[in-house]
Order: sequence, then structure tokens, then C-alpha cells
Amino acid sequence: MSIKEYRTAIEARGGLLVVKDTAGIAFGDRVQIKDHAGNTRNGQVIRSADNEVLILVFEGTDDLDLENTWVRFLDEPVEIALSPEILGREFNGLGEPRDGRPPVLSNIRRPVGGSAINPAARTYPREFIQTGISTIDGLNSLVRGQKLPIFSGSGLPHNRLAAQIGRQAKLVDQESSFSVVFAAMGVSYADAKFFRDEFASSGVLRNVVMFINLADDPPVERLTLPRTALTAAEYLAYDLDRHVLVILTDMTNYAEALREVATAKGDVPARKGYPGYLYSDLAEIYERCGRIHNRHGSITMMPVVSMPSDDITHPIPDLTGYITEGQIVLSRELHNQGIYPPVHISPSLSRLMKDGIGKDDTREDHPRVAGQIYALYARAQETRNLASIIGADELSERDRRYLTFADAFDERFVGQGEAEDRSIEATLNLAWELMSMFPRDMLTRVKETDLAKYYQGTD
Amino acid sequence: MSETKRTGVIRDINGPIVTVELPGVRSGEQVKIGNLGLFGEVISLRGQLAVVQTYESTDGVRPGEPAQGLGWPLSVELGPGLMGGIFDGVQRPLEKIALESGDYIRRGISVPALDRAREWEFEPNRELSPGGKVGPGVVLGVVQETTTVLHRIMVPPGVEGELLEVAPAGAYDIESTIARVRDPRGISHRLSMYQRWPVRKPRPYLRRDDGISPLITGQRVIDTFFPQLKGGKGAVPGPFGAGKTVVQQQIARWSNADIVIYVGCGERGNELVDVLESFPELDDPYTGRKLMERTLLVANTSNMPVVAREASVYVGITMAEYYRDMGYDVVMLADSTSRWAEALREVSGRLGQMPVEEGYPAYLASRLAAVYERAGRVETYAAGSGSVTLIGAVSPPGGDFSEPVTSHTKDIIETFWALSKELADARHYPSIDWVTSFSKHVQTAAQWWHKEIDPDWEKRRTAALALLARDAELSRIVNLVGPEALSDAQRWELEGASLIKEGVLQQSALDEIDTFCSPQKQYALLDLAITIYKRGAALIKLGVPVSELQHLPLMAKMRRLKSMYSSEQLDQVFAFRAEVDHAMESVRIEYAKSDQHEHNA
Repeated sequence: MSIKEYRTAIEARGGLLVVKDTAGIAFGDRVQIKDHAGNTRNGQVIRSADNEVLILVFEGTDDLDLENTWVRFLDEPVEIALSPEILGREFNGLGEPRDGRPPVLSNIRRPVGGSAINPAARTYPREFIQTGISTIDGLNSLVRGQKLPIFSGSGLPHNRLAAQIGRQAKLVDQESSFSVVFAAMGVSYADAKFFRDEFASSGVLRNVVMFINLADDPPVERLTLPRTALTAAEYLAYDLDRHVLVILTDMTNYAEALREVATAKGDVPARKGYPGYLYSDLAEIYERCGRIHNRHGSITMMPVVSMPSDDITHPIPDLTGYITEGQIVLSRELHNQGIYPPVHISPSLSRLMKDGIGKDDTREDHPRVAGQIYALYARAQETRNLASIIGADELSERDRRYLTFADAFDERFVGQGEAEDRSIEATLNLAWELMSMFPRDMLTRVKETDLAKYYQGTD
Repeated sequence: MSETKRTGVIRDINGPIVTVELPGVRSGEQVKIGNLGLFGEVISLRGQLAVVQTYESTDGVRPGEPAQGLGWPLSVELGPGLMGGIFDGVQRPLEKIALESGDYIRRGISVPALDRAREWEFEPNRELSPGGKVGPGVVLGVVQETTTVLHRIMVPPGVEGELLEVAPAGAYDIESTIARVRDPRGISHRLSMYQRWPVRKPRPYLRRDDGISPLITGQRVIDTFFPQLKGGKGAVPGPFGAGKTVVQQQIARWSNADIVIYVGCGERGNELVDVLESFPELDDPYTGRKLMERTLLVANTSNMPVVAREASVYVGITMAEYYRDMGYDVVMLADSTSRWAEALREVSGRLGQMPVEEGYPAYLASRLAAVYERAGRVETYAAGSGSVTLIGAVSPPGGDFSEPVTSHTKDIIETFWALSKELADARHYPSIDWVTSFSKHVQTAAQWWHKEIDPDWEKRRTAALALLARDAELSRIVNLVGPEALSDAQRWELEGASLIKEGVLQQSALDEIDTFCSPQKQYALLDLAITIYKRGAALIKLGVPVSELQHLPLMAKMRRLKSMYSSEQLDQVFAFRAEVDHAMESVRIEYAKSDQHEHNA
């Protein structure tokens, strides 16, 4: 087949373009559209029939007229050119430079759609990543190859947290840090600038690739952006043997773009107007991370999901939670108390933690310390609720101890500086310091040997 | 179905839904699509046009490319070599595919499920002799498939007549002829060690029987409180993070089934890898052999093509039925049926079918029921009784159990293990909620427990549930006015319920000792918790203050007992009983003395 050009567009609406009298156009192929002003737009075939195709136009269909629109079918999938030169660069969702520098020249071109990793080729992730953040390292540890989203809300400091993790993430006792692939969908100019400055000032910019679609850029482009970014991540991980951390922000904007296009296509809506395939679509993105047998590199992913109205049951965080291996949940209440990072530990979870911590990975007491802190904090939360009803004075001596613990925990363990990079050792020691507010016999989740070694109380 | 292959041409590609012009093709027939040779299945017909759902991504396929009807419906290969394997949603062997196409699954790749080159030691059935009559299910011979699984090679359904010959003992590959049968019409059938079966059609059996014995999973909250029977159907619904997958994996690990089929349907790749990497290391508590020897995985992870997800459940259950036909008790775990239902929804949406609830098609309930109905205990053609227990995870959006998949499932199943977000957040695992869960099998299970373990089982179980119900009531009061408002007897009730929760219900999958709990130990723990409560309640009636009892060392020990002694160290658990008797008795004597003293004064 070869490149074909048509001038037979018959319909344009909501980012979709219908072209008739076509022949043998491949499903999923890349399209170039020239509008009346001579500007070029990009698109992809999302339905192909005998004599008619439906095209998704990444730059949107605004300002198109049907008479003066030339549609070229390029006879190739949507691809991105890859070379080591992509590091330190900034692109849009299609892999075109946004930094005013020339396009990447390379004969390595990969389709952005990717394909499914064979489950039999995967390796179970088990290498602990130290992020320097106590609530993550100590209680919800991240391992290499995991996908662990940050569930946040509007106005909460998820971007600052994501940037801090991007800066600090490393393997214990290893200098080699991560390459970061940063994918921003529908973020504000200020947020994009924040990340750019953050990476520049910490000197990691040469290890970062940025894919950016701003809030005022075409929403349709957001559908391909994470795929483009992950194709770059796969190249860095599996061709260049790097360990890659992918930060996707904000998946809520992605899902909204998907809903917009789905509605225009007339897809049957499932919940809150999102299409029934939202789960599969998100999974196509999230499941591209992981570890593969006999490959040195890895892809670890931290998507940011802002929960509309702080509602964790909203379809986007809900479906994300069903796919990812845990979640870090930020709390407005902690944020309002001035605690950074405002990580709410109760609903937070890391599913892959169990195999990445303990004797040979972090420290032998780590799993039990995490369990003990969770048990104490859960009880402390109950006590806080009770105190708010009957008053703290009515509480028993024992219960008041929980209150003191909870306050100290929020302030000292959860709270830390934006530049504070705590080692796992420091995190665990801090946990013991706080646990030692209780007498030994109340710490039933740790072993006697742990108590003998780390307990600091006078009891 | 006829074996002639029909060819046609592609007319329209809409994601996984492809319309082809293919006259004469049948509904349900397998179709090869385009130059890549992608596999698909006809789901509807109109005139010359057939709508095909494709198991692989259709990127790059063009209208005008050829399509070919293969003449048979989606079928699986059934024979030795399945155990210990991992297959995709249409039964392609993923390990083989990894060898051929690398880390990613190449489209259009076609590898048979069973290894053609491997030879198996076939031992013919000595009771058969040429000239005799054979019919479906007759065992022609056996193959030791793994050290724990003896694979019975059976005459497939539909073949009946005079046995002409059976191969002598020896090594054969699965395509070699091991028997020939002449049917009444005089046609001779060549039988090999494997057969094919269309997945959407239940395999036949002689008759259906009632379940009689419980499936022991080694999980206390399941076996003791909400028992499942061999041949039963159950569901595990829960929001994300509540521990569905751990519950399913625990059942896969520790249940006393002969065969476990784990269908990862639209779930996480890393979780399947966990099973794949850990099961070959773990010992089966019943046979002492490695768990992988009795386990088979079907994997359609969430990023694999959605149409194959719909097929994966049928592929899994057909293999389950096949092992059932050999007389085995099979457990099939489907994680998650919600993703399967969503795959139905996605296809129906692309076909433009009228949605009913939350976008799901009207046939959701009937399809769900039909799948679950393939579970059951049956009288097989071959070897007496066999069973398929089907346990499906359900992932309700937002944890809302009133959504269509959960509510329809609830109407069909017999055991409902409802996971609770609140319990999971408090790290109470397994987070099976004792208020909303149910089992319709308690009466049947009770007969087994009474006979095998203790005649007081049902009484103890009821007492524990009553105590938990009381606890819920009293907790509401505490939340309003604080614990001081309760009487000593009421506070002891709370304490008793907490013993049940922490000492019996909570069970750590990560704890080496507690991860599996034998029925004997389950009953011993339950009995102890209830005994402590009852003895204490009697003392409180005599006037002993509750604080006196709360601080007894035996209370802490009761909570830790489950992880102190394994199921083999039952004598230690029983020894604790004497400790309880002794401690309670000394409290009574102590109190009687002081009471006496006061009287005298």
C-alpha cells in the first residue's frame, strides 16, 4: 500500500472527522490533515469500513471546513522516533518537540500503541525503592516495576510530592538513580513550569524526558500522550537498560478527554458518562510498567489521579485502584493542618510491599513495624472519634496515650520537609521512637527480639 | 460442523469488532481475520455479513483483506500436559509463546495448547478387551501427568461402539492413536490421548448430585463461618484494596481440592506472576507435593485483548469440567467476573445493543447464571463422582454491592463472602464481613463437622455469631456515650466478641503458621474463645469485676494462639484449655474468699 490523499471529508465534530470514498485504509493508521489555512494536523484511523473511515484528530476539529480539508493516509501506525537524545528534551503528545529544538532523528521508530507483555515473561517486582518519604518507604513501600498512584484532590500538593519522589527515588546503597519520564496531560502552565524548574534546579534534567500537553492544548492529544511517553520509557528501560520512573499527571484529565471523544463517537456510557471500556483503556496504560525476565531495565509508574470532589469511589480513582498495585492517598484534613506530605495512611496501600522489605531488603523488623504502626494508628483514629464526642477528658489514661501518639505521628512521621530525604533506617528509627510511647505489652505485633533491639521506652 | 473452509472479505473494522462478508459461516464459528491471521469468533449474522469479535488487536487491518471461516467453534484441547501450565484467554500456552515471540505477544501467533512432541507413559486399562462395548467416559488408560495428578484418558463424548484395539503400555505423544472404536454405523474412530471440546457447551455427565462435603480452605472465617461445598458456587465481592485477590490465592493454595484452575481475568499481570513464581515453591498441605503440580493458570491480564477476556472464563471452566469428568474435585477461581461482564458490555456497546443497567446488556444476568451453573457435583461417565466448585471475585465499582454484576451474582451463588473496606482499613484480614456474608451450606457442612470434628460445632458457631451481633449493637452505644455507660456484663460481651475477631476471624496470609488452619485447629480455637467468654460471663454474674478478667494473661494468649502453634501442634492448643480452666478457677476461688471475708466482716 502507499500514501493516499483524499478531499472527501463529509463530517467534522468533536475531534472526529469522517472521510468517504476511501479504499483499504488500515485500522489504527496515522493520518495527516491539511486545513484551509495550510496548517497540518495529525490523526489516527479509529474505524475503517469499505468506503468510509472515522479519524480521531489530535489537534481537534475546530476551524475545519469540509471543502478545503486534505486528508493523507500515511500507511504507517502512529509512531515516535527514539534515540538517547530524547533525554533532557520536551515533546508534545505526538512526540514533536516543544522546546524549540529540532526533531529527534533516528531510524528507531516504535508504534505508540505498544502491545501486551506476556505474563509468562514478567518477573515479580521485589527491589525496594527508597523515596526518602517516611509514609511511603516505611508503611507503603514502592518497589521497582510497581505502579503506585497518588490519589489526590484539587489544591493538594500532589505535584510537589511527585517531584520530590522523582528527585529522591533511588535503590538503597546505590548511586544509580532513575531516569524520569514525565507525562503531563491537561496541566496548567504554572504546574508544567514547576516541574521544569524543579528538575532543572536539582540538576536531574539531563535524565528527564518530558511530554507535555497543557490545559489549553487540544484535549484529544491527551489520549495519545501517555502512550507516547510510555513508548519512550520502554525504549529507555529495555533498549538502554535504564531504570525508569514514569510520572503521569493528571490521569483525571486523560479520562475526561476519553469521555469527550467517546461521547462524540456515540459510545454507550457506563458510569458517570465514561465509556464502558475506561477500565481496559486505563489498563493498557498502567500495565505497561513492570519487570521483564532477562532485561536489566525496569519501568516504575506513579500516576497522579485527582479525585473529583475528593470522592475515592469516582470511576477514575476507582478503576485505577483496581488496576494499580496500591495507592497513596492524600488527605485534605492533614493538608489543612499544614502537614506535608499530607499522606493519609489508613486508605493507602502498597500491594507489592511484602516481598520488597525485611531482612535482606531493608531491615528485619520492617514488616512488623509497619503492621504495628497501622494497628496503633487505626486505634488512635477510633479514639479521636470518641474524643470528639465525649471529650478528651472522659478518656482513660490508656486512650489519651493514643491521642498523644496520633498527634506526634502526624506531625513528625507523616510531616517532613520538601527537601528532606530520609533514609529507610531513619524512617524505621523514627517509627520506633513513636512506638516507644507505649508500654512493651501493648506492642503485640512486633517480636520480643525487635523490642529488645529497638524499643526506646522506659517501661 | 463441516470441515470445508470458507473464505470472504473484510468490510468494516471497529476496534475488536470486525464485519466480514462471509456467506455460509455459522454463528459461533472461528474466523481468521486479515493478512495477519488474527483469530475471532462470529457473534452475529445478517445476510451475507458476519460480525466477528477478534481476540487480538486489529491495528493495521484493512477493509478488503481476506477472512476465512474455520468450520468449528472456539474449542480447547483437553489431554495430558495442561497441569502446571499458563494459558491465555483462548488457551494459547504463554510460556511457549514467550519462546517464540519474545516478551510481547505477537499477533496472529498460533501455538497449540498441548505439546505435540512430548511423550507420555500410557498405561492401558487392563479391564478392556477388543470386541467389548465402550462409550463416552470409558477410561482407556492412564497417564501420570504430574506426581499428584493421574490423568485418565477417556473416550470422548459422542463416540460409542465396539472397541477394536487399545495401544499397549508405552510412551506416546498426544497425537498417536491409542485406541480405535467402531460405531454402530460401522465407522471407525481413531482415538488419541487428547480431545477437543467447544468451550461454550457444558460437558455432559450422567446426573447431577447434591454437594455433601465442605471444601476445606484452611481459612477460619470461610470454613467455620461461611462454608463452601465441593461443587458449590460462591462469590467474593469487594472494593479494591479489600483483599479479594489474597482470599482467592489462599483458596488456591490451601483448599483440599484435587485440581485448581485459576483464571486471572482482566487483572494485574504482577499478581499472576506472583502465583507463577510462588506456587512451584509452595507445598500442598495434603499431598506434600508442590502446589503447581495441581494448578493451571489462565491469564488474560487487564491489558490483554478484551474479547479474549470474555472467552477466558469459558476456557477455564471447560478444562475444569474435563478434570471433573475424571472423577476429581476441581476448584475454579475466576478473578474477576466483573471484568468478564465488562468485556460483555464492551462488545455489546460496539454492536450498538440497547443497554439496560449501567451500560450492561440485557443478557448479563442470564449469561452469569449460565456460567455459574456449570459448577456442581456430578455423577460422571467415567469414575463415579466429580465436582467443579466455582468461586468468582466481583469488583463492584466504588464498592457498591447494589450494582448489576454483584446483585445478579448474589441471586445465583450459594456462598457470599462480602469483603469490607472498613475491616481492610483497620487491617482486619481476611476482611470478610460477618454481617453481610452468607452461606446456604451451613446445614450440610454441619453434618460433616459433627461427624469428623465435634458434635458441638454448630452450637459454637451460632454462639460466636450471636456474640458478634451483640457486639455490633453495643458498639453503637459506645460510640454515642462512651464505654463507661456499659455494665460489666456488657463490657465482657465486647471483650468476648473481640476474642472471636482477633483470635479466630483474623488470619494472616503472610504468617507462616497462621496461613493455613486445619479444621481441628479451627474448632479448637473457636471452642476456646467461646469457653473463655462463657466462663468469664459466669464469674461476672457472681460479681467479679470485668477489669479483673480483662487483664488476665490468657486473654492476650488467646489472641496470639493461632500463630503460636501450627495445625500439627494441636496438643499445645489443648494444653491451653487447661490453663484457661485453671486461671478461671483461681479467679473464682480468690473472689469467693474475698466475698466470704466481706460477709464475715
